[in-house]
Amino acid sequence: MTAHSTANSTAHTTAPEEAGAAKAADTALLRLDAATVRFGARTVLDALDLDVAEHEIVCVLGPSGSGKSTLLRAVAGLTPLDAGRVLLDGADQRDVPAHRRGVGLMFQDHQLFPQRDVGGNVGFGPRMHKAPREQRQRRVAELLDLVGLPDAQARAVATLSGGEQQRVALARALAPEPRLLMLDEPLGQLDRSLRERLVVELRQLFGRLGTTVLAVTHDQGEAFALADRVVLMRDGTVAQSGTPYEVWQHPADEFVARFLGFDTIADAVVTGTAAATEWGPLPVPEGTAEGPCRLLVRPTGVVLSAGGALRCEVVARTFRGGHVGVRLRPERGPLLEAECALRDAPREGETVGVGFDPGDIVVLPR
Amino acid sequence: MSALRTAYGRGARTPRGTAHPAAAAVRRRAGVRAALMALPLLFFAAFFAYPVAAIVTRGLHEGGNWHLGRIADVAGDAGIRHVLWFTCWQAAASTALTLLVALPGAYVFARLDFPGRRLLRAVVTVPFVLPTVVAGSAFLALLGRDGFTDSLFGVRLDTGVWAILIAHVFFNYAVVVRTVGGLWAQLDPAQEEAARMLGASRLAAWRRVTLPALGPSVAAAALMVFLFTFTSFGVIQVLGGPMYSTLEVEIYRQTAEVFDLPTAAVLTLLQFAAVAVILALHGWAVRRSQSALRLVDPALTAHRPRGAAERTLLGGVLAVVALLILLPLGVLVARSFDTPSGYGLAFYRALGSTDGGTFSVAPWQTVGNSLRFAAIATVIALAVGGLAAAALVRRSSGRLVRGFDALLMLPLGTSAVTVGFGFLIALDKPPLDLRDSWLLVPLAQALVGTPFVVRVMLPVLRAVDERLREAAAVLGASPWRVWREVELPLVSRAVAIAAGFAFAVSLGEFGATVFIARPDDPTLPVAVARLLGRAGALNYGQAMALSTVLMLVCAASLLVLESLRTTGSGEL
Amino acid sequence: MRTTARRAMGALALATAAAIVLAACGSDSKDKGGDKAAGDSGSKTVTLVSHDSFAASKSVLAEFTKETGYTVKVLRGGDAGAAVNQAILTKDHPRGDVFFGVDNTLLSRALDNGLFTPYTAKDLGQVPAGLQLDAGKHRVTPIDSGAVCVNYDRGYFTAHHLAPPQSFADLVKPAYKNLLVTENVSTSSPGLAFLLGTAATYGDGGWQGYWKQLKSNGVEVVDSWEQAYNDRFSGSSAGKQAKGDRPLVVSYASSPPAEVVGVTPEPAQSPVGVATGTCFQQIEFAGLLHGAKNTAGGQALIDFMLGKAFQEDMPLQMYVDPVRKDAALPPVFTKYGATVDHPATMPPDKIAADRDDWVGSWNSIVLK
Repeated sequence: MTAHSTANSTAHTTAPEEAGAAKAADTALLRLDAATVRFGARTVLDALDLDVAEHEIVCVLGPSGSGKSTLLRAVAGLTPLDAGRVLLDGADQRDVPAHRRGVGLMFQDHQLFPQRDVGGNVGFGPRMHKAPREQRQRRVAELLDLVGLPDAQARAVATLSGGEQQRVALARALAPEPRLLMLDEPLGQLDRSLRERLVVELRQLFGRLGTTVLAVTHDQGEAFALADRVVLMRDGTVAQSGTPYEVWQHPADEFVARFLGFDTIADAVVTGTAAATEWGPLPVPEGTAEGPCRLLVRPTGVVLSAGGALRCEVVARTFRGGHVGVRLRPERGPLLEAECALRDAPREGETVGVGFDPGDIVVLPR
Repeated sequence: MSALRTAYGRGARTPRGTAHPAAAAVRRRAGVRAALMALPLLFFAAFFAYPVAAIVTRGLHEGGNWHLGRIADVAGDAGIRHVLWFTCWQAAASTALTLLVALPGAYVFARLDFPGRRLLRAVVTVPFVLPTVVAGSAFLALLGRDGFTDSLFGVRLDTGVWAILIAHVFFNYAVVVRTVGGLWAQLDPAQEEAARMLGASRLAAWRRVTLPALGPSVAAAALMVFLFTFTSFGVIQVLGGPMYSTLEVEIYRQTAEVFDLPTAAVLTLLQFAAVAVILALHGWAVRRSQSALRLVDPALTAHRPRGAAERTLLGGVLAVVALLILLPLGVLVARSFDTPSGYGLAFYRALGSTDGGTFSVAPWQTVGNSLRFAAIATVIALAVGGLAAAALVRRSSGRLVRGFDALLMLPLGTSAVTVGFGFLIALDKPPLDLRDSWLLVPLAQALVGTPFVVRVMLPVLRAVDERLREAAAVLGASPWRVWREVELPLVSRAVAIAAGFAFAVSLGEFGATVFIARPDDPTLPVAVARLLGRAGALNYGQAMALSTVLMLVCAASLLVLESLRTTGSGEL
Repeated sequence: MRTTARRAMGALALATAAAIVLAACGSDSKDKGGDKAAGDSGSKTVTLVSHDSFAASKSVLAEFTKETGYTVKVLRGGDAGAAVNQAILTKDHPRGDVFFGVDNTLLSRALDNGLFTPYTAKDLGQVPAGLQLDAGKHRVTPIDSGAVCVNYDRGYFTAHHLAPPQSFADLVKPAYKNLLVTENVSTSSPGLAFLLGTAATYGDGGWQGYWKQLKSNGVEVVDSWEQAYNDRFSGSSAGKQAKGDRPLVVSYASSPPAEVVGVTPEPAQSPVGVATGTCFQQIEFAGLLHGAKNTAGGQALIDFMLGKAFQEDMPLQMYVDPVRKDAALPPVFTKYGATVDHPATMPPDKIAADRDDWVGSWNSIVLK
């Protein structure tokens, strides 16, 4: 219940500040109004509220089982709502079957039609909408160009690589010019480098086309890179909604923080600008409400210095490309994660001193 | 582009009604299903349930009283119990043996690419249409005195259970090859390959990955073979001899010869009971094994035989086909040329004349009759079976729907005599006064063809990933277009196979056809039977010649049907 | 353009729709046609219901139409037993006017069920009294006769310097051990006729003993005449191809001429002979169906079937003998056929009364 109310308030307070979503709520292209879906006794979508404005790219982020895919299916009309409403351009979609909603959905595993070649797949949507033949052909060529497969028209889908299938699926979803494009784990099955390149390409592409996008993913990196706004889901409700920066900076609660990968969270009692923790007193930003709370210590907030007050033993180091993750066992309190530059990283077994940066310490509501 | 926009414009409609949204969707789906089921239900009610109920009632309800005591009398009879037991176990054994022999064939015809594959696949279906008397006679040449096994191994198998079992394999080989092969050809080989990459042996990969995926179609094939052999008549008579009797033979005897309708009615009920048990078993097995599969273009899965193992398999299957199917067929063809004055075409020439006296039309004209009836029966079976399969695709735990599925299979397990006689006494009043109509023949044939259509199409349809349908729906395809654009292309192979089956079944159907009195347009099998029923070289020779024609017609029709289907359509 | 599949599917869908419409219309028009033919009592169609073996020359049937103005519509299906049973089942709404094909073994069943309306055919006087089994009431009219007899393979007996058997008694002799093949009496009408022949000859209490002897003399039993004659019998041309090894078979007196029809050059004698002392008489009757819509036409048809033209056409059409004394047999019958002077006979009511019991005892003696 608390999570729910927090989510709502967060969503409402942050929405108007966002760059891409500076629209009044009643002009939202997509609105979910207390949308509820139950599978038997399990409630998959729990009175979920969500708005997506035109031209906005929204990424729904959440662990598996949080109801992300059901959300997309409900919007697409593939899963009926048990309560609440889905509105597109202000119109209730209750009696509108999937094929008349004018939304696009790109499935996680693409679901290309195996009996059709690439051109046949991409041209399917326009054909269903009775676009004339030349127009269809032009559109297919255009889209295949756009996704970087200009000569693939006649290829059988079985001969495509994963990345190519991805692109064809995207082209197919875009072909009928849906008013809302939904992507289910769009880059899920691709390898990392391809994913990182594609996510940039996608964002540029959507920006150029002005596409309104609702994507779901479990990968925060993907979500942050792609989205104007990130929505975190938990148990069928919105846990937090905001720009990637906001969410990153101010996780609404411990669930969000942990989902974002922050594991160093401890009980604390704030008095003034210090919080009493098992590690000892930690500095907190000015103006923090006094009293007991949960405290998130980001790895970047753990500063290794010879003069650090807390003595720690280096348990493990993990090379992460640009930096090194260091796992520390403090003389008191639970394990800490720190992040430091490669050349500054201590060796395993070394004992180092640790200080804390208040800028990277976040007080979470209890 | 504006066309697209306009199309979307229609999408946003104002809500109406106050129904609970999810409930409304469920109701809509149920409504669609009911609509799809309407025609098949009507068809089965009018042309199966009603006639069979009529004849059974006639037997048990005489002189205003129900004679239900007869059920206990007949069912308690030791002789009848023996017949029931033999009927069941020979069917089970035949089914097992057929699966054992034909599954490798299913693989070879589905996955290996070798010259003459399509022709041979059509040829193995030929036994299916042959009158059992004719094929049985060819089998005697193979298994009997001085036959192949006798001269080679000194083993005579012409009377007894082995002859029955082997002949059942001969007749039903194609059922397994076509039903299982249809799905096998579309299974993504990558899954089995993946299992092998994970360290599974070839056999283990097959057992763990492919076999479960094939499960529903193997079960479907097994069910059909079982029902066919369960109602076996000619094979039992010709190869088993008078020592062996099945329920089918008994029902024929009680209905057509002894005219003891009460006993026949009880036997029919017994047959139903046994079939019901089998259907329940099948339903249970299928529910356990069905899953969505990754279907691919069959053209991509076939490959030239690689390695010693595959070559051996191909060789083995070809040897079995040659011995079990080509040899007996060859015997018949040879006899059709073997005239008293040496090899020649005399018998074929005689088919063109009306002098023989057997018919008021020349025997070759029965080819036209058969083709016409079979074409109509196939269309009926495809319509009824296709709608039924479409209604059954979305799996449901509903008893009613499962019952509907089972109902469709019942005709296969019901005696042809019962159906034939039932037609006669039930369809005699308007609006169904069809007794003297030529339509009765294709209707009776469609009754047998429909279960094949359902059983062949359903596993493939159910294997189509639901999300593929959804992908099409989201792209703007209405349910009808989803069916036409996504499912139909994926099941087109199955449709062709089903059509081939329905056609072959109709071409070869004899039991019900022969009991339906009709104006003088005999079908090929009926004509063959009439010729065989007369003494003399000319009649027998013509019977063999006409059987050869029947084989050719069957093989040619199947080849044509299969060539109607082409894979991969990427049209814009 | 790989649209073949689509087109095929489209065509299929169209064809399906067309067939449904066609089926509906077809049945409609048939219904109407049927009603018209049936409802109009002055109808020019007379419907003959028969079994699958019925055959008549087109020219002869055309002659009937020329003489009487009636066209014959023939409905046939099933074997003789099935056809009779079907006629009984549909007696409240008979499918035609005349039924042909009930023989002496089934006659009682047909008569007891009130299948026929009496009619005395014009030329009945031409039929020997012995064939008129319902002479008192004229519910049925004899049309053809024949005999079920043991046939022998002439070649075999010549080669083995063995005289072919002539009587029932011969068949149990050691000389003919393992030579005879007969049919299951439960499923084959010649099989049943042969059993009735032995019962007529050896009496109610004696035939069982005879069959025990036959069994120990190695009689083989198969389910159908087709199998016995075409597969097991060594004398028929089909049996030769099938390597049949039984030189004696229970078949018809007309099998020898049938065996040589269409064989060129004409042989001196048929390869098949008839053991004339082993025959059981079969007579086939026609009757006017009770409730017939076209009584006048039906009567005309029965008269015609007893007429000379039809009677003389029958032998080569159905391999039976005419019942009319003055009907001439075709040359192939006179040249190759056997004359059966005193076939065994049995009254139809006795057959009806004892048949089921006998079949049961026969089963336990011969098959068990």
